[in-house]
Amino acid sequence: MNPSNYIILSALLFGIGATGVLVRRNAIVVFMSVELMLNASNLAFVAFARMHGNLDGQVVAFFVMVVAAAEVVVGLAIIVQIFRSRRSASIDEPNLLKY
Amino acid sequence: MQELMPATGVFSLLWLLIALPLAGSAILLLGGRMTNKWGPYLAVSTIVIDALLAIWMLVEMMGQGAEERTFNDNIYSWVFAGTFKVDMAFQLDQLSMVFVLLITIVGALIHIYSLGYMSHDPDRRKFFGFLNLFVAAMLLLVLANNYLLMYVGWEGVGLASYLLIGFWQYKPSAAAAAKKAFIINRVGDVGLSLAIMVMFVTFGSVSFEDVFGSTGQASEGTLTAIGLLLLLAACGKSAQFPLQAWLLDAMEGPTPVSALIHAATMVTAGVYLITRSNAIFDAAAWAATAVVVIGVITMFMGAIIGCAKDDIKKSLAGSTMSQIGYMVIAAGLGPVGYVFAIFHLLTHGVFKAGLFLGAGSVMHAMKDNVNMRRYGALRALMVVTFGTFLVCTLSIMGIPPFSGFWSKDSIVHAAFESSNLVGICTVLAAGITGFYMTRMVAMTFYGKARWEDDAHPHESPAVMTIPLIILAIGATFLGMALLFWGNIETWLEPVVGFEEGHVAIPELLLMAITLAVVLIGAAIGWIQYARREVPVTEPHGNLLTRAARAELYGNEINDVLVVHPSFWLSRFLVWFDNAWVDGFVNSSAAAVGGLSGRMRKYQTGFIRSYALSMLGGAILVVVALVLVRLS
Amino acid sequence: MTFVNDFPWLTVLALIPLVGSFVVVLLPKSMPQLAKQVALAISLLVLALTIVIALRFDGSSELPFQFIEYHEWIPAFGITYSLGIDGIGLVLIALSAILVPLTIVAGWNDVEEPNSESVGSVKGYFALILALETLMIGVFAATDVFLFYVCFEAMLIPVYFMIGRYGGPNRSYAAMKFLIYSLLGGLFMLASMIGLFVVSGQITGVGTFNWFQLVGLDIDPTTQKLLFLGFFFAFAIKAPLWPFHTWLPDAASAAKPGTAVLLIGVLDKVGTFGMIRYCLPIFPAASEFYAPLIIGMALVGIFYGAFVALGQNDMKRLFAYSSMSHFGFIVLGIFVFTTIGISGSVVYMVAHGLSTAAIFLTAGFLMQRRRGSSLISDYSGVNKPAPVLAGFFLFAALSSLALPGLVSFIGEFMVLLGTFQRYMWVGGIATLGIVITAAYVLRVYQKSMTGSVSEGLASIKDLGKREISVLVPIAALTIFLGLYPAPVLNVVNPAVETVMSIIGQTDPPPTVGLTSTSSEGTQP
Repeated sequence: MNPSNYIILSALLFGIGATGVLVRRNAIVVFMSVELMLNASNLAFVAFARMHGNLDGQVVAFFVMVVAAAEVVVGLAIIVQIFRSRRSASIDEPNLLKY
Repeated sequence: MQELMPATGVFSLLWLLIALPLAGSAILLLGGRMTNKWGPYLAVSTIVIDALLAIWMLVEMMGQGAEERTFNDNIYSWVFAGTFKVDMAFQLDQLSMVFVLLITIVGALIHIYSLGYMSHDPDRRKFFGFLNLFVAAMLLLVLANNYLLMYVGWEGVGLASYLLIGFWQYKPSAAAAAKKAFIINRVGDVGLSLAIMVMFVTFGSVSFEDVFGSTGQASEGTLTAIGLLLLLAACGKSAQFPLQAWLLDAMEGPTPVSALIHAATMVTAGVYLITRSNAIFDAAAWAATAVVVIGVITMFMGAIIGCAKDDIKKSLAGSTMSQIGYMVIAAGLGPVGYVFAIFHLLTHGVFKAGLFLGAGSVMHAMKDNVNMRRYGALRALMVVTFGTFLVCTLSIMGIPPFSGFWSKDSIVHAAFESSNLVGICTVLAAGITGFYMTRMVAMTFYGKARWEDDAHPHESPAVMTIPLIILAIGATFLGMALLFWGNIETWLEPVVGFEEGHVAIPELLLMAITLAVVLIGAAIGWIQYARREVPVTEPHGNLLTRAARAELYGNEINDVLVVHPSFWLSRFLVWFDNAWVDGFVNSSAAAVGGLSGRMRKYQTGFIRSYALSMLGGAILVVVALVLVRLS
Repeated sequence: MTFVNDFPWLTVLALIPLVGSFVVVLLPKSMPQLAKQVALAISLLVLALTIVIALRFDGSSELPFQFIEYHEWIPAFGITYSLGIDGIGLVLIALSAILVPLTIVAGWNDVEEPNSESVGSVKGYFALILALETLMIGVFAATDVFLFYVCFEAMLIPVYFMIGRYGGPNRSYAAMKFLIYSLLGGLFMLASMIGLFVVSGQITGVGTFNWFQLVGLDIDPTTQKLLFLGFFFAFAIKAPLWPFHTWLPDAASAAKPGTAVLLIGVLDKVGTFGMIRYCLPIFPAASEFYAPLIIGMALVGIFYGAFVALGQNDMKRLFAYSSMSHFGFIVLGIFVFTTIGISGSVVYMVAHGLSTAAIFLTAGFLMQRRRGSSLISDYSGVNKPAPVLAGFFLFAALSSLALPGLVSFIGEFMVLLGTFQRYMWVGGIATLGIVITAAYVLRVYQKSMTGSVSEGLASIKDLGKREISVLVPIAALTIFLGLYPAPVLNVVNPAVETVMSIIGQTDPPPTVGLTSTSSEGTQP
């Protein structure tokens, strides 16, 4: 089992996620893309943990999961609120926080 | 040098001389309206007590040996830092003694006179408060035992003078004159400050004893510098050229002020300063010569201005300048002249005070009109004023046996000892004195009445005439008393030194020539102003007359050379400060603000563009890491 | 520095106003009178304690610093909580303690008066004054550079609000300018301070911010020159020295008179105090190197300030520029490195504090009577309806022009003499400044107080009891110290001599010895 395969997979997933964040307008999809990036990095962490033979990477992966869960809670709440007031889940529309 | 005696007995009360009028002034000025009623009398009484105290001190001093007449009273350590130590200490010697007598006695007379003169003024409490303040400061000036403490008195009299010139503050001219006097005096103060600094740097001390005791070791250049700086100070205070312009404007003050401050005492402080610093001027020939030159110039300037002014007080002020010029000349002559400078200062203090108070009496009668062209024929109506004025006039002209004769003649004599040119100048100026004083008497007391319609001349009350009479008696006998009975030369000699000079011209001949010149001047004045009709409006006059009326353009010269450039510079700097210094500060702030204004445009609010820039940043970091790894 | 006093005098002194400030803030808003009374009582308590400390201060002691307190604060960075005062710190603390109650009484009705444009509450103003007092005491008492820095920067906060919330029409601009300008200076000082910590670590092995340890360090001259600039820049802005002065006229004219008094009278002194306490002893070589430049700036400042003051139409701006000119004198006295000069500078600081208080408060009382206008042309002939006010105005003016007999004269003359002793020409030129000072000071007096009474002024009231009771102590102190400056000089001189010995300077001796008796024998 070559760990570098996992790293490549992780990089691919990360790239897909990043592209998704950049090109999709729907907030939910962007959100899922972010999750994809997070999980890509989780995969990399676990792979590295395996490579180095210690548990550090796995511990960090758990941290990331917890943070991601918390982020989903807050993020989804915001998206739902925005959707309620604007009837749209596009992230280009709410640009009130500009200059 | 004289030996310093500890101040015991009555001399331990030296501080009281200053403290009494100072306390009087404080009570009057701080006490407010409750002192309105009795305040003026309190003020008068402090000065009278001072005068009595001074006479007591004189008697005590005469009981001491000639070398044991310098009393020193060290009260406490005033300013000290490092090697700089100045004491709050007073010194009474023969020189300060005569000044104390002049200040307190003439001061007392003028205080009494003011009771009458100022009786109708609503602010007379303030007036007496200021007057007391002046006496205190003047006494401090002459009693200080070091230059720095003297500076306090020096500036104190300047302050009193400022307050009193501007006493009628509602008159813009008075307020302006007061400010002008103070500022010009400040120029002189720069001289005194710097002189004190040079003294400290040179001698390590500023007390009279230390400075005069070690003049022998200083270089002549240093002493000349000190001398010239002291001369600058004297020019300011004594209205000598080129700082003379304030004195004529100072006549805006009440007449007793002109008599006390701007004739008898304060303006002579410059002469005191030079005479007091005789050890320095004796060792600095150039500085002494400069003193004589300044004295001669001012003597003529004052006399010429005195001839042309129709305002009786300004004419007298010109005369004061001129007479102080005499004293300054004498003081510049060195040991042959110091004594006579002081001698003339004393007699002048008395007769000029008499003249000013006489002029005040006339003004009082003429409803404060000062224009002599509106006087005339007052001699019958104001007998006492006329008589005393005449006596003082004869005295200032130098007619024997009046006081002025003895003192002026001594100066003329001393001037010929030093230089014939200076001697001739003093004789000529004596002639001009004869002219302008005769003119003044003729225009005021003789001729036809040219009064304004509402004038009702009357003799002044006794409280005003009695001081006049006393001053007239002084103007008659003081000269002889000081010369023959008081032996002023031997009295002052231990302090200022004295040398008997030798003149090629016999003394009696010189007297006769001087007298003849004075009489010629007086005769011309008489013919022109008593025999002929005096026009009510001033005639056009020749070039010199017009220049003299304009005070020889002293104000215009000051304006062009100093005042206007200062205001231009000021206006330029205000502009520069706003436009450039502050402009730089504000424009740097604006630059930062502008830059951030540009930058915030990138805060578009599009989440995806933020995400893109984050990605770009991440890629940059990765590339950088990779590059570092590779190299 | 192991001399720890039994009782933490200085800490207690500094804490009283801070506690007082909280008490005032917590008072109900409906009781503004009580807030004022509490604030006044607290400030008087501080004054009383300051007097006790001054009496316990041993002027003849060999130890320059007394009332020393020393505690660890952040040991990792060598930061200590250490306090102590020498004579210079003592007189400046005393000056603050005297001026604070006076400004409280003077500003008694300032905030709630009908035409006041203040947006803050009454109690807030007085709480800010008390908070400021704590920091002023801290600044003058700190013997740790970090502690000094904290107080130095924290002082900006209450002043910012005092100007920005309680000031006149231009208050936001002025407060912001003051804040940013001061912060900029403080930033450079922070950088220098960290540098100093590093350098001290390199030299001794253990980095420190403690003043006593920093003073003895033998820092490389090139490093000194760099670090010196950071400190000096902050102090030059605070002082303010030409050309870093432009915040002052704006701040002074926008601030309430009481704020202006504390700002110019005490706060600005922190700049000159810092130069004596930090620049000179810690960086002696750099001080000597930059002295000609700084003396030049001071000299320019003296004349520049005076001439600009001569051309002002606004009273508050005029006195702000006049202060700038006076600060030129103070800085001049410090950087000529003579005992007389530095002592003179300290005396001048005290004198200037008093004269500023006199002039700004009197002018403030005057302006209140004309709906806050500070244009000189709005006033004429005030002497007639309000002679007492005019009298105090004149006194303040004379105090500002250093009339002999007043304490400002002693300060100014000592500065000039100390300068002359070292650099004759500089001293000579600086002396000319006294003429221009007289010109602008008397010009404003003449224009506003004399002449015919202008319209609307004829019926103004003269000073009331409260106002007189503020001005009398200032005037009395000005005269008393002018005639008997020994209380100040006795404590300041030893401190100055310590500074002189730290920076290794000696006074130039007189060219002709005083020992005339001994040298006479050698003359031929």
